[in-house]
Amino acid sequence: MAERIPMVALSPTMEEGRILSWKVKPGDAVKSGTVLCEVETDKATMEYESPRDGILLKLIRQEGESVKVGEPIAWIGKPGEQVPDDRPQAAPLDKPEGGGKPSSSPGQKPPTPPPESEKAPLEKQPEKAPSSAGRGRLEVPVAEGGIVKSSPLARKLASELGIDIRRITGSGPGGRVVRRDVLRFQESAGKVEGGKELEGERAVVAPSKPAPVLLDQEIPVSGMRAAIARRLSESFFTAPHYFLRVAVVMDGLLDARSRYNAEGTQKVSLNAFFIKLAAEALRRHPRINSTWKGSTIHIHGSIDIGLAVALPDGLITPVVRNCGGKGVREIDQELSVLVDKAKKGTLKPEEYTDATFTISNLGSFGIEEFTAIINPPGSAILALGEIRKEPVVTEQDAIVIRRILRMTLSCDHRVIDGAVGAGFLRDLKGMMEDPFRILL
Amino acid sequence: MPVITYREALNQALDEEMARDESVFLIGEEVGEYNGAYKVSKGLLDKYGPRRVIDTPITELGFTGIGVGAAMAGLRPVVEWMTHNFALLALDQVVNNAAKMRYMSGGQFKLPIVFRGPNGPAEYLAAQHSQALQTYWAHVPGLKVVAPATPYDAKGLLKSAIRDDNPVVVLEGELMYSFKGEVPLEEYLVPIGKADVKREGGDVTIVTYSKPLKVVQEAAELLASEGIQAEIVDLRTLRPLDEETVYRSVRKTNRAVVVEESWPVCSVGSYVAWLISKNCFDVLDAQVEMVASEDIPMPYNHTLELAAQPSVAKVVAAVKKVLYLGE
Amino acid sequence: MAKELNRTLLKKMLYDMMLIRHFEEKAGQMYGLKKIGGFCHLYNGEEAVAVGSVAAIDLSKDYLLTGYRDHGHALACGMDPKAIMAELFGKITGCSRGKGGSMHLFDAEKHFLGGNGIVAAQIPVATGVAFAQKYRNDGGVTLCFFGDGAIHQGAFHESLNMAKIWNLPIVYICENNQWGMGTNFRKVSSVDDFSLLGTAYGIPGKQINGMDVIEVYQEVSKAVEQARKSGLPSLLEARTYRYKGHSMSDPAKYRTKDEVEEYKKQDPILILKDKLLQEGILTEKEYEKYDSQIQAIVDEAVEFAERSEEPALHTMYEDILVE
Repeated sequence: MAERIPMVALSPTMEEGRILSWKVKPGDAVKSGTVLCEVETDKATMEYESPRDGILLKLIRQEGESVKVGEPIAWIGKPGEQVPDDRPQAAPLDKPEGGGKPSSSPGQKPPTPPPESEKAPLEKQPEKAPSSAGRGRLEVPVAEGGIVKSSPLARKLASELGIDIRRITGSGPGGRVVRRDVLRFQESAGKVEGGKELEGERAVVAPSKPAPVLLDQEIPVSGMRAAIARRLSESFFTAPHYFLRVAVVMDGLLDARSRYNAEGTQKVSLNAFFIKLAAEALRRHPRINSTWKGSTIHIHGSIDIGLAVALPDGLITPVVRNCGGKGVREIDQELSVLVDKAKKGTLKPEEYTDATFTISNLGSFGIEEFTAIINPPGSAILALGEIRKEPVVTEQDAIVIRRILRMTLSCDHRVIDGAVGAGFLRDLKGMMEDPFRILL
Repeated sequence: MPVITYREALNQALDEEMARDESVFLIGEEVGEYNGAYKVSKGLLDKYGPRRVIDTPITELGFTGIGVGAAMAGLRPVVEWMTHNFALLALDQVVNNAAKMRYMSGGQFKLPIVFRGPNGPAEYLAAQHSQALQTYWAHVPGLKVVAPATPYDAKGLLKSAIRDDNPVVVLEGELMYSFKGEVPLEEYLVPIGKADVKREGGDVTIVTYSKPLKVVQEAAELLASEGIQAEIVDLRTLRPLDEETVYRSVRKTNRAVVVEESWPVCSVGSYVAWLISKNCFDVLDAQVEMVASEDIPMPYNHTLELAAQPSVAKVVAAVKKVLYLGE
Repeated sequence: MAKELNRTLLKKMLYDMMLIRHFEEKAGQMYGLKKIGGFCHLYNGEEAVAVGSVAAIDLSKDYLLTGYRDHGHALACGMDPKAIMAELFGKITGCSRGKGGSMHLFDAEKHFLGGNGIVAAQIPVATGVAFAQKYRNDGGVTLCFFGDGAIHQGAFHESLNMAKIWNLPIVYICENNQWGMGTNFRKVSSVDDFSLLGTAYGIPGKQINGMDVIEVYQEVSKAVEQARKSGLPSLLEARTYRYKGHSMSDPAKYRTKDEVEEYKKQDPILILKDKLLQEGILTEKEYEKYDSQIQAIVDEAVEFAERSEEPALHTMYEDILVE
């Protein structure tokens, strides 16, 4: 029976060809291999050989026409067979791509690049943070100075024990924190658990017994130490610090506190009062509760005050959030939980970062007064000294003994000008000396 | 229980399987009249005759292909290569035919064929006769690959290999042929695809296979005297790998050392080390260490030859590294 | 001479050759329409070798192996054109479930053991099949086909040597279509009479006319009988010609059109057709009938392949090992 003869790919890359000239005409007998026409392809001019024997019944496409691979160009059949009168608009025999998904198309041809939409999702997948096995739980700890080197097991163990791995000094290669380091840290923090004590006796850290004389030693810098170094250097050398000093008469506040503590079961710390009073002062001077952003100064809506807490090998500032909205008792309760965690090394990052204002109290060390370095991202820090009895001259020129606290405010001059800082400090002092002023 | 050599264990396996199944035959160079280049097939020609124990000309490609054809036509050939070094000549028939006939035919054929012979270095044999080529076989889907390190495993695995309906490559070892070990009189099989914990311990997992098992066992004894208890996982089968046994051990010890007699690049051990790193990531307290042969052709000089291979000292050093017991 | 042979056999041989020819032409066309991909080696012109040889054996106990130019042998062994075309299209209904393609056609039941993509790799394998037949003493014989390009591979020599020393029931048939891809066989052969290569191994060798299906049938029958009865292997060199290039991507510029036309004058189908017409065994009308029947079969094969399903993704993990 008669058959439509399609244009075929005469070279592997050919998609369409132009019929240059027909070598046969309707009525001619052809055999398999007889050249039917000359076709111009993307590569060269090729001869199109008949795929079968028969009579060329009809030409469907003419000389000069461009035909896509798969579209019919002629009818071949038995003599006298009738064939329909189809023009190019007739459905092509078969689309080369039809009938199958890309996987069905032959393999050996040069592969066409995947369509854009297929490619894009792959390319868009961003580089995630350093890989970790689980979600969140075992994220690679990033100490401020960079990644904390630690074995996956050590990370898992630290996480399970609630230890901040950045606090641990590693004894592995390159300071890697490994399991024995976590176990030792835990032991020295007071708890003893059954851990394997296999690892060698030689340790890299300094000996625990105080030596009678000083020894030359190299102490590896822990994650925390590196962080302190980096952040405070950056703060001190970037922010132009200036310092405002006042002396505060504490008798009123101290007496009041004693009275309150006598009546309640929970003794409220002095620091909690300082925090609350500072919060009140910040409320009146929001400019102090801010961050320098270069092209803007960000005034924080929430007053989050950090309190510097000393640790065996460093310091950390747990933060009480939203002090403006909390009373002293509440602040104190929160504070005591935070300080406890700080000492145990179990503070989470969100509990010690991003204080908008910081208080540092070295009074218990007998320091009379001192200047502190601003704790970023804040713009100011309040340094509190020891409360001591000092002679004071009254309005009436009499000399009396009062309990005096010397405090120093460090300010970032990019954000806080002298008068602004002074105004804040004056009001804070006022409220500390006469807490009723808070009502004003 | 009788103590026999690895060689005798293989001989027993061949004998038993040939007696059990008439379609099993042995073909290779010197397997018949010579009684085997390494005497593994001793006595088999006398017992089974030239129809079933066939001496070939030196034509690895040819007789390996004959094995493939015979297997396709329903027999169960055991093809012996005098060493795996010479098997390179037959690579086409194993990789392109034996491993793929079933797949290319859409499952119409099974190829119950065994390829066996000594693999790896012996002594003083120099570069062309000392190669450990398990990477080439383990790499190919469509093959199974076993590596017995003891007489017990040798007999059990060769029997399983002959009974398996798939192409199985068996890695023996010239120096292993004289290893001695206990082998029961009663019939038994060692399953293909199951590793074996040869020594239990809680401090470090040492994964190994083939001849280095001996070195690893010696290293374990030495470590034990220092208070370190090593767990030895003998893979026994390289393809398919018994991953679970390896992971179970590493979960217990938290650290792994892979020991093998192989060039390190793309070795079977490097693949196992990656699997451990990937699947035991959270329990690892140290990076996975690998002890392989040196990345060099094997020299003739014996001192150099020994230095090029895994040793007790190298294994101990690797173990101490993952335990952070510094130098 | 033709009358001495069974009329049915003769007509069947003509029919089978026509089937192969039509199938190959259609396959070529399908390749041009990108339905078939990769390598596709067509058998046009060589039909007499496969058809004459298969007629000389009994596939219930004999076996056949060949190289990658295997469509003709597959059809001659009686494989279903639908299954073959579907395999060429890569469909799950193909004889190898879409996993083999043109070079890897197999039919275990019909004792057609492929189909092999590596030149000469089938020769040791076929020798092994004959080994198994001898081992079981089942009276079977194996036919091993390969081309003029394969005869110089080491595998060929190793196999002939072993076939002789072990008296294996095998007939090696070299289909010398004179062109190993683009290289004329004379250029790469130290001797161009391949029957001598059999002599090198103590095996009888003979050159035969591969364009004459009756001669092929008769010579192969003799060789098969010899192998079956006395276990003596032999080597036949069938001189033949392929009309198309080595494969679909070969424009065959290395030979002249005139050369091709000359060989077309010896077209095995036409030669047999004329002979049968002359001897009154066949009429032109019967020929036409065969032609249209075959055309329908081949069209049906294409249609079947077209509408068959693609293999599901998970099938790529199947058929690797016996579980």
